[in-house]
Amino acid sequence: MSRPVIEVRGLQKIYGEGEATVHALAGVSLVVERGDYVAIMGSSGSGKSTLMNILGALDVPTHGTYHLDGVDVSKLGDRQLALARNRLIGFIFQSFNLIPRTTAVANVELPLAYAGVKPRERRRRALAALSVVGLDDRAKHEPNQLSGGQQQRVAVARALVTEPALLLADEPTGNLDSRSTEDVLNVFDDLSAAGRTIVIITHEDEVGARAKRLVRLVDGRIVQDTRQSPLNQRPVGAFAGRHSG
Amino acid sequence: MSFREVVRFALRGLSANKLRSALTMLGILIGVASVILLVAVGNGSAKAVSDRIEALGTNTITVMSTNRGGSSNTSLTTEIADALTDQTMAPDVASVSPVVSSSATITYEGTDHDVSTFVGTTTDWFKASNTPVGEGAAFSADDVAQGRRVVVIGQTVAEELFPGVDPIDKQVTVSGALFTVVGVLEEKSSTGNQDSNDTAIAPLNAVRQVLSGYGALSSILIEAKDPDKVDLVQSEVSTILDQRLTTTASSTSSTSTPYRIQNASQLLETQTATADTFTTLLGAVAAISLLVGGIGITNIMLVTVTERTREIGIRKALGAPRRVILNQFLIEATLLSVIGGALGVAAALIGSNFEIVGVKPVIVPSSVGLALGVSIAIGLFFGGLPASRAARLRPIDALRYE
Repeated sequence: MSRPVIEVRGLQKIYGEGEATVHALAGVSLVVERGDYVAIMGSSGSGKSTLMNILGALDVPTHGTYHLDGVDVSKLGDRQLALARNRLIGFIFQSFNLIPRTTAVANVELPLAYAGVKPRERRRRALAALSVVGLDDRAKHEPNQLSGGQQQRVAVARALVTEPALLLADEPTGNLDSRSTEDVLNVFDDLSAAGRTIVIITHEDEVGARAKRLVRLVDGRIVQDTRQSPLNQRPVGAFAGRHSG
Repeated sequence: MSFREVVRFALRGLSANKLRSALTMLGILIGVASVILLVAVGNGSAKAVSDRIEALGTNTITVMSTNRGGSSNTSLTTEIADALTDQTMAPDVASVSPVVSSSATITYEGTDHDVSTFVGTTTDWFKASNTPVGEGAAFSADDVAQGRRVVVIGQTVAEELFPGVDPIDKQVTVSGALFTVVGVLEEKSSTGNQDSNDTAIAPLNAVRQVLSGYGALSSILIEAKDPDKVDLVQSEVSTILDQRLTTTASSTSSTSTPYRIQNASQLLETQTATADTFTTLLGAVAAISLLVGGIGITNIMLVTVTERTREIGIRKALGAPRRVILNQFLIEATLLSVIGGALGVAAALIGSNFEIVGVKPVIVPSSVGLALGVSIAIGLFFGGLPASRAARLRPIDALRYE
């Protein structure tokens, strides 16, 4: 087995000082292998957003170590962190977070632009990523001309265009209706089947149920870690999803 | 990430809010245009004054009587003019031209023209007063001695009286006396309200006989042998005049002299100094408006950064390094000031083609460079604060920002 994509040891995140101290994460250890599809669930205040920020190299832990694709992220400076976010992680946010007044294809190109890819190559890869999420015919549309589900699929295309080691989704279906949720989850199933490593943070059971592995977080600790389907197979919900959607 | 890409991002950022960008640019535009234009106006008025003074000749001094219609022993006469040519008393005087001048009406074949200055003088005057003859010739020393009725006319007079006709050797009537036109003056740059081409010059005695009578001279134009010796000539002339013109103590105070000496080069220096102060003042006022425009940029960029905090967060999450964010906002600010500045230069160049408060502006090339340079610097400086604020934003805070 190659090295794990995520290797987290004794992760703690403490906000505030003195009596107002809050342990958002109280010692989380987690290993995610390549090709896994992990759903991290928990109610609000369980520390899942904090975990997401740390996993996404947007925040640094107070204690503990975090190796992302073999790189010790907790020791990186601002410049290297930006590089790690660009090369190793693809973000998908709850509120889509596309750049307004910018076409879908330009949004997808953006991480490649920061990676220094030449414009022609960039355009080619961006269009390829859009066709993966089934939106190649919407390339020239601006975010406000797209539905929520389409916007989120553009965001997914943007996340995977750099071929990152990890796709990190924070409540990707939180702002979507059930129809669009289905579309986006199908995309995740396909990506997982194609061997991508996906970590998805959610509080919706039906989203969690489709992942290969389910991790439950309560009060900053992992209380449950279940494998729902084997690592090297298509996720359980994928077949059903394909036909109902 | 190439520089061109960052510029493209910046341009897209600016075009997203066109009205706001345009108004911010307008601030810089007005600042730059007013700096260039006001300095040009100051410079233009300085140039106008110095042209006018140089037209008098910088190596000459003019003696005028301050005692208008006063007693005869204080008025300027031809005897005094002759005395000034004394080579032992005034060795540095090159020539002395007594001048009488009055206004007169010239008539040619029924056409009348009022000449504002009809000058009677000697041949030396043409050279001393820096008034070359274009067509024909000046009258000769012999003409002056004989008091022949010949006249040299200015361009305006020639155009008024002889449209399409060669004026040389034509006979004109001045106050009932016939004068023969022998020459036309070269066109002189006319500055101020007075048309310096609306003039006619005739031998001294002819004018005295026909127009002004044999009273006092209007002035005496004295040419120095060398422009550097003008001050020396002035003191020599003063000495002679003090001897000749005795002040009657009762009529004027003993300290004041009955004559006034106008020294063109001194006048020029004074006027230039005044004009420089004037230009500096105008430039300073305009610079303030440029500064205000710069503060406008800071203001707008701060608003932009706040408004686009979320976008900055997204960009950072997608892997934009701090430097790229800094550059993007710096370039946005600089583009505002550079485009505004360039339009300002264009506006100033167009504006300088028109007369402003009676002055033809003369663009100072260095002011264009300075104003453009300052506007770029303003963009970098005033854009720096908002840009560094944007670059310092932590991605999670920026993403959480609503």
